[in-house]
Amino acid sequence: MIAIEISEVSKRYQSLQALDAVSLNIEQGEFFGLLGPNGAGKTTLISIIAGLVRADTGTVRIHGHEVGKDYRLARKNLGVVPQELVFDPFFTVRETLRLQSGYFGLAKNDAWIDEILSNLGLDNKADVNMRALSGGMKRRVLVAQALVHKPPVIVLDEPTAGVDVELRQTLWKFISRLNREGHTIVLTTHYLEEAQALCQRVAMLKNGKVVKQDTMAGLIKHISGSQLVLRLKQGSLPASLHHLLIKQDIKQDIKQDTAHGNAPTNDHAHELAPGAKFSLRVNDYAEVEPILNSIRTAGGLIDEMQLQQADLEDVFLQVMDGSLPA
Amino acid sequence: MSLFSVGFQTLLYKETLRFWKVATQTIAAPVLTSLLYLLIFGHVLEKHVQVYPGLSYTAFLVPGLVMMSVLQNAFANSASSLVQSKITGNLVFILLPPLSHIEIFSAYVLASVLRGLVVGLGVFITTVWFTHIDFVAPIWIVVFGVLGAAILGTAGVIAGVWADKFDQMAAFQNFLIVPATFLSGVFYSIHSLPPMWLAISHANPFFYMIDGFRYGFFGQSDVNPWLSLVIVSGFLVVLAALALTLLKRGYKLRH
Repeated sequence: MIAIEISEVSKRYQSLQALDAVSLNIEQGEFFGLLGPNGAGKTTLISIIAGLVRADTGTVRIHGHEVGKDYRLARKNLGVVPQELVFDPFFTVRETLRLQSGYFGLAKNDAWIDEILSNLGLDNKADVNMRALSGGMKRRVLVAQALVHKPPVIVLDEPTAGVDVELRQTLWKFISRLNREGHTIVLTTHYLEEAQALCQRVAMLKNGKVVKQDTMAGLIKHISGSQLVLRLKQGSLPASLHHLLIKQDIKQDIKQDTAHGNAPTNDHAHELAPGAKFSLRVNDYAEVEPILNSIRTAGGLIDEMQLQQADLEDVFLQVMDGSLPA
Repeated sequence: MSLFSVGFQTLLYKETLRFWKVATQTIAAPVLTSLLYLLIFGHVLEKHVQVYPGLSYTAFLVPGLVMMSVLQNAFANSASSLVQSKITGNLVFILLPPLSHIEIFSAYVLASVLRGLVVGLGVFITTVWFTHIDFVAPIWIVVFGVLGAAILGTAGVIAGVWADKFDQMAAFQNFLIVPATFLSGVFYSIHSLPPMWLAISHANPFFYMIDGFRYGFFGQSDVNPWLSLVIVSGFLVVLAALALTLLKRGYKLRH
């Protein structure tokens, strides 16, 4: 059964085409990742799924219920953790959760509220006013609010942005449990290692379009082999190895760019200098020795060497810069 | 959809709890303001103005002040709640659940009516000690009190949906609601006005709310209370239709 059916959804804000004929099907029980740099359209898409934004064209169905015409059933099936850290300063944590339960038609929901509070480490904050909570605690309450009506589909829009390791672990433990119990989870995050660890399937958005959609295993498979990361003490990379070059000394920059939501570039790829660190693609471990031999023959002296497996970040970077075909 | 759904009841409870938690600001302060109006205007004008034969100016003033408090606080309740929620972003907690536009409208307006009536009752209880007040037709008092609060609660919903900033809401309140209330005969009978201002006052729906409300106390009014009832009811229907349309379309709420 399809949990979320997104069909040809487009949305334009004045001159900006936020979403351009996006189509996605998310199966019931999936842990699905929605990835992309800032401005790719992830939050707009989630807002349309949640009924907070209306699509110009196209339809979204939650468990078969169209979010516009059949909004009551669509929203009952959906729990959304918004990206912004919002709260109502008039109420305590427990009041906030009771009110949210009531909005979803649940007059008596204290047993489940207590369970959520316990699972999110909020037991001792239940009677504390929302204003008195730290940012991380407010984030936990946002998650709790999305779960009060036990929605079969849960959407988390960057739930771990700016929160500590403890919350991340607590949150993912609880969300993974809900997923095992049959809840569909849709996650957007800039932490690609989280997405890789949790998501079974991923869609990547860029400029309002789905540019890649596959299972996690399928995506990683796109990048065959490994990366040989080298730092030379002297000499430079021989021209015969340039075709294997993935990047040089810029991985850290790329990671920072990605964290800030910018698409990476390969502008520095051929600025090879002695002492620089660079990554070469190797399809087989047997290719390593000939590469090292070529460098030595050209007068290079290796200072540091690592063999790394490809990860989701490598796939993401290549999808965003267009070097990996859609 | 039931108007008495748990969703509606919860939103009504939340909106009521919201103003009750800050009762010093939302109830006690307007009661004190009205008491000051009564003391100052009553003291200055008591011996100089007689609006209706046999009725002291202070007695004339009390129902007007009560109704003015009802109207202004009913407006402030829904308007400030919506604008605050929009600006702080927590309106999303109302927009994500399966609440219909009718449930949202009804909950906000009913909470406004409650606050308006609580403040009005507070003003009455504190001011009635200063004069003798009759209750000639109590049913009219209740009808116009509730209708007036509902109208201003509805106007507050419209203002809250429309305004993106606090100063926009303040402009709506200070340049529309407050002048319309003050110029509606709270402090005077409109028959004491020059012809042009008399005509303008007849175009002010707030005048009919206060005039009908005052009729319930004294059995005397500037216009027939049935005419006031028709005009006030019609005004409520028009405003409610506008507010419901805005909420249904998600104007400035669902982009």
